[in-house]
Amino acid sequence: MKLSKENAEHYMLQMYQVRAFEEQAEKSYMAGKIHGTMHLSIGQEASAIGSISTLEPTDFIIGHHRGHGLCIAKGADLNLMMAEFYGKENGYCRGRGGSMHIADVAGGNLGANGVVGGGIPMAVGIGIGLKMKAENQVLLAFFGDGAASTGAFHESMILAVLFQVPVVFICENNQYAMSFSANDWTTSKKIAAHGEIYGMAGSCSTDGNDLIEVKAAVGAAVKRAREGGGPSLIVNDTYRWRGHSKSDRNRYRTTEEIEEWKKKDPILKFRAYCVKEKLLTEKEADQIKEKGYSDIEAARVFAEASPDPKVETLEEGVYAP
Amino acid sequence: MREITFLEAIREAMTQEMERDSRVFLIGEDIGEYGGAFQVSYGMLEKFGHERILDTPITELGLTGAAVGAALIGMRPIAEIMFMDFTTLASEQLVNQAAKLRFMFGGQSSVPMVLRTPAGSGTGAAEHHSQSFENWFVHVPGLKVVMPTTPYDVKGLLISSIRDNNPVVFIEHKLLYKTKGEVPEEMYEIPLGKADIKREGKDLTIIATGIMVQKSLAAAEELIKEGIDIEVLDPRTLRPLDTESIVKSVKKTGKVLIVHEAVKTGGFGGELAGVIAESEAFGYLEAPIIRLAGREVPIPYNRDLEKAAVPQIEDIVEKARELATLKV
Repeated sequence: MKLSKENAEHYMLQMYQVRAFEEQAEKSYMAGKIHGTMHLSIGQEASAIGSISTLEPTDFIIGHHRGHGLCIAKGADLNLMMAEFYGKENGYCRGRGGSMHIADVAGGNLGANGVVGGGIPMAVGIGIGLKMKAENQVLLAFFGDGAASTGAFHESMILAVLFQVPVVFICENNQYAMSFSANDWTTSKKIAAHGEIYGMAGSCSTDGNDLIEVKAAVGAAVKRAREGGGPSLIVNDTYRWRGHSKSDRNRYRTTEEIEEWKKKDPILKFRAYCVKEKLLTEKEADQIKEKGYSDIEAARVFAEASPDPKVETLEEGVYAP
Repeated sequence: MREITFLEAIREAMTQEMERDSRVFLIGEDIGEYGGAFQVSYGMLEKFGHERILDTPITELGLTGAAVGAALIGMRPIAEIMFMDFTTLASEQLVNQAAKLRFMFGGQSSVPMVLRTPAGSGTGAAEHHSQSFENWFVHVPGLKVVMPTTPYDVKGLLISSIRDNNPVVFIEHKLLYKTKGEVPEEMYEIPLGKADIKREGKDLTIIATGIMVQKSLAAAEELIKEGIDIEVLDPRTLRPLDTESIVKSVKKTGKVLIVHEAVKTGGFGGELAGVIAESEAFGYLEAPIIRLAGREVPIPYNRDLEKAAVPQIEDIVEKARELATLKV
């Protein structure tokens, strides 16, 4: 697969935006500006951006609780996203959802989810709906290795195959479900093998830190789904550098292990690829990085200047008219 | 007017809505060739085919979530959970997802789905196929909860539920399926959140839900022979609740007996009693609000034990008489 220069610039920028967004999220939290918690995907950027880069703008994604990268990859407005993170009225969800529930329905992002595995059964139904509407759209349904042990996952695999939905199920295996190591109950290869067991053609694992490899695997699955070939399961092997959430003391893994994975930084890997393939010069890559960070700084300023929701509006929006 | 059964009225509502709106489809276990465990969807597969009658393996969580997802992108699914007992398995998608997505996303989306489920005891199916969990769902903002009690009501309420833009839990008491009544052939809506006075009276208001409406009406016919004139109020929708009609009736009669099949502790009767106690009707009460409800046990198998576990007509007669003749 040969990337265009334009696409290389775009993916590079999104990767830096995701990294910068999450670093900013952490800083804002430490500065006491954020109420609640957050789940950072630093180290997992290639999985989100590589996967979603295969979609058309009219396609859909549904995500999980560690979903900032997915939002940005699907083209979220950074200001509205940061405003939501800050709990502001002009955020994507009017400050009602926060970090764990950002959705951009008009942009085809059907939402992050606070329940591990919560989005997977919905993905099947979205697939059923897309098939009935027959507008040639597909859905990428993201979840983590933790969700792969839930009943929701297994029931959904069965229904997805039964109804041949145009859905690519993407397990972002970041190696830990909170503190529980995926290797204690399975291996990434075995998570992917469930696709085959349940009857999904072309299910596989990727080096989830390699944007090019992810894009190729997901792209093939998206093509098959769009052509009526049914669902696939793809496991992107990656690693979260930060803790599960803000309560994490990293007691279940070693500093050496984290450092080993940091050497496999997906951003540096993609950057090196672009330079080697002469898609970007080092200078261009630096400029893109700078733009990514300044976009996020602008989003921070926007969010901090945004209004809080009025308490009088508390009961609005529970029911649809 | 022609008479059809409660079950036929449900089937007719679903069929007419599916003919009218291509976004409506059914999903559930054994709803195709088998016709559903209670035959509610019998014949619909022939009419609408596998594309719109989605028969699933045993996946209560999966199929409910599929309904939520389809609704999220604008379809209008009707999911069937074969017995209300199994809504425990579907609750994650119903309570955490369907009920909350709209609010959680700041109004960006809605979840227009119906989850139909047969509930209640009286069939000898024992602990795992007889429960009444309506109040679990009443407790969840974002859900609507409907409990129809007549063939006429069930058709109009189901049509409204399908057209509603919110997730609706639609609870059908199994013993009502074979009851008959007048039902218009054309489509009509009965608004959600509107109670119905099933019998007017002046001495006592019975507020009953589900099958207990029919039992209360039978009890009222017994008591009128003694000169006790009972009003039977059927909320029809538990969430949203028609508080206004309840308050009006209680102000008129001054006495209230609440009757439901679900276990008394934590049941809907407590909510009704609270609503009345907080309202202007409180000052009109001539006696304590009394609840007659399911006993504090799982539903047992043995016929006599099963009957004893939930209110029967004679229990309602006795309680209503006692309350109506009570001098405070």
